[in-house]
Amino acid sequence: MSSLALQDEILLKIEKPARYIGKEINSVVKRPEDVDIRMAMCFPDVYEIGMSHLGLQILYDMFNSYEDVWCERVYSPWPDLDQIMREKKIPLFGLESQEPVKNLDFLGITLQYEMCYTNILQVLDLSQIPLLSKDRREDDPIVIGGGPCSYNPEPIAEFFDFFYIGEGETRYREILDLYKENKKAGGSRRDFLKKICSLQGIYVPQFYDVVYEEDGRIASMKPNIQDAPERITKNIVTDFDGVPYPVKPVVPFIKCAQDRVVLEIQRGCIRGCRFCQAGQLYRPVREKNVDRLKQYASEMLKNTGYDEITLSSLSSSDYSELKELVDFLIEDCGEKRVNISLPSLRIDSFSLDVMSKVQDVKKSSLTFAPEAGSQRLRNVINKGLTEEDILRGAQLAFEGGWTRVKLYFMLGLPTETKEDVQGIGDLANKIASVFFDTVPKERRREPVQIVASTSFFIPKPFTPFQWAPMCSGEEFLDKAYETRQGISSQLNQKRIKYNWHEADVSVMEGVLARGDRKVAQVILKAYEKGCMFDAWSEYYKNDLWMEAFADCGISIDFYNTRERKKDEIFPWDILDCGVTKEYLWREWEKAQKEEVSPNCRKACSGCGAAKYGCGVCVEERV
Amino acid sequence: MSERIKVRIKFSKHGALKFIGHLDIMRYFQKVFRRSGIDIAYTEGFSPHQVMSFAAPLGVGLESDGEYMDVEFNSLESTEDVKRKMNEQMAEGMEVLSVVVLPEKSGSAMAAVAAAGYYIAFPDGFEPSQGWREAIKEFLQAEQILMEKQTKKSVLEIDLKPSIYDFRLSSYQGKNCLYLMVNASSAGNIKPAMVMEAIFKGLDLPFDAFRMSVTREDTYLNRGTEEEPLFVPMDQ
Repeated sequence: MSSLALQDEILLKIEKPARYIGKEINSVVKRPEDVDIRMAMCFPDVYEIGMSHLGLQILYDMFNSYEDVWCERVYSPWPDLDQIMREKKIPLFGLESQEPVKNLDFLGITLQYEMCYTNILQVLDLSQIPLLSKDRREDDPIVIGGGPCSYNPEPIAEFFDFFYIGEGETRYREILDLYKENKKAGGSRRDFLKKICSLQGIYVPQFYDVVYEEDGRIASMKPNIQDAPERITKNIVTDFDGVPYPVKPVVPFIKCAQDRVVLEIQRGCIRGCRFCQAGQLYRPVREKNVDRLKQYASEMLKNTGYDEITLSSLSSSDYSELKELVDFLIEDCGEKRVNISLPSLRIDSFSLDVMSKVQDVKKSSLTFAPEAGSQRLRNVINKGLTEEDILRGAQLAFEGGWTRVKLYFMLGLPTETKEDVQGIGDLANKIASVFFDTVPKERRREPVQIVASTSFFIPKPFTPFQWAPMCSGEEFLDKAYETRQGISSQLNQKRIKYNWHEADVSVMEGVLARGDRKVAQVILKAYEKGCMFDAWSEYYKNDLWMEAFADCGISIDFYNTRERKKDEIFPWDILDCGVTKEYLWREWEKAQKEEVSPNCRKACSGCGAAKYGCGVCVEERV
Repeated sequence: MSERIKVRIKFSKHGALKFIGHLDIMRYFQKVFRRSGIDIAYTEGFSPHQVMSFAAPLGVGLESDGEYMDVEFNSLESTEDVKRKMNEQMAEGMEVLSVVVLPEKSGSAMAAVAAAGYYIAFPDGFEPSQGWREAIKEFLQAEQILMEKQTKKSVLEIDLKPSIYDFRLSSYQGKNCLYLMVNASSAGNIKPAMVMEAIFKGLDLPFDAFRMSVTREDTYLNRGTEEEPLFVPMDQ
């Protein structure tokens, strides 16, 4: 029995020691002498969050299917253990081998949200790997970044040796082969990076120099070695149906955020909401064959023993074989006593019918995401959900016995006016009225409850709103206040509950989302001051972040509230995510004219993703 | 309801898995049964769950050679078949040791528990020696062994002495250690760490629970009377 990296007395002192012991069902243990390459894949947050992420399960499964590779997992130690590891100088370890990460060949870190950036530094620091790429020695692991936030890698560019842009299933075998080749030839770290920098989707920050204008904008970003391409094109799976899927995912002992079988039914989204980054990054939309999904579902339930299954996609209602799949699951899972949890579906008679079959209507609530309070603003953001759709959906739901409705909105969207904000309360009120009109008094089992939640809009790279100014923290709070006023002036206000987010974290996320290389020093400084687990409100320390900006002489407004000009060079322009800047600008102009764009199945908007020759771009349109 | 078969399963828990808490072990076994395809019985209702009850939940950090749980099956090929199928699905460090069919009218596993035996080992270089014989003898000669027990509501002072059934020098896996058998019933159970703390206190030695490794040797039923107990392992 292999020994653990942490002594018993430590494991007994900390919260949830099971986070750190490995040994889970379907985890992969190989003999070090049997493999050529050892790597760790890291989700820089606590185990229960990291283990719930499908992307890492896909990569873990793929890497370990290679005979010459052993891939382990690593997550952020929770602050209680973090402190002990620092005091006792215990190096961070892979869960499978319990050996230090610093002894491995690669450390891959997935970047799922900006507020994990200080945790990247935590993981590197605890691993005893120099935080900056330029300080790393020949025997340190090569540190790789990937995932949605790598589409603007600049604020964290200095912490990584290279970024893998795009979907992981495509290019890693080549990279690993080049690594082995380079090692055999006695090549250096830099030699290896030079070898891979010309592969599709590989961005090696040290091979690019950034020149700034006097006002801080970027003047140019150019390669400084010959092999590095001018622009880096994302990798994408073109045969989405044929790509391997982790049918034997690791099953954690402790309860995780996603405690069920996850079935990815499609990647990408046809909708083109203008605030949504994922909707642009994963274009074109690609579906998995329904028969294959049925087979995966059965296999995965058998291999894991889970008693619940869920579907994963950006918009499940748009999956063309949804009815067949759901019918199958209801039948098959019912026999096996497996619960089905459905991700937010568009509310219509089909989805209500399905939901009434798989969940207890009395206990569940329905979710609508109008995102904006008025039709005008919904047109600006290209959210193709009308007030009529929402009210009709609500009516059907109330007829079906539901009494609880959740509504999601964003505040601070481009062009937003007081009337748009007022519209949030109006819409919530109308939904309550629909309840009273639909359900006669004697059938009102319990009163209708509407929960409206707002988050603050943060412009993201590679969206039509990448040029848009973002609100300041004060403006955000004013808008939240207006929303609350708007709701409390409604007739049915007692039936409406309002929740809003903290503004501070949103401001910070804005800087990290659209920041450039200069922001790295702020992240480093904030980390040194003690920032970590910024995505956890109880650990987010806004004052320390503010101090870090002041110490570095970096302006938040430069990144957030400033309106960008059409020809501004963005830090992420060095990447090609499939959609062109021209298309995004066209969409930005249409947004300002309150014009909507059709979804990909209806008509092509010429975003540029058709160059990949797959998915909806090559399907026949109806 | 068709005839269900009540079965008692004995299993061990070692190594890193000692850090998995009781609730997670239950969830773990639910998945073991699903993966193994054993015909386990479910409760009725909107959210059916497996009929499963554990004898004496083991604390985090303790290992065991004698854990028990009772489950119900709708059908059963053989106890050997269940044992084999389950062991194919177990994590490293846990093993099903025996599977026995219980009489139809047997009570719950938890209600049946009377006592549990433990091996208590110290770190290398601190193994208990002959001196401990004397120390234990003296310890058990006291009229009362009073210790404070923290309950949900208050701190109680309890006498450990009547709950200690056996305490002696022993050996486990080739190493000298202590053997302790205590009351594990739901009414009067005490933890081995409490006894150890008491004896350390008496010897005027610093007590550090994290430095001992405790392995439950077995869990027992009482086939005798309260006055004259006859402890037998729960699968007998």
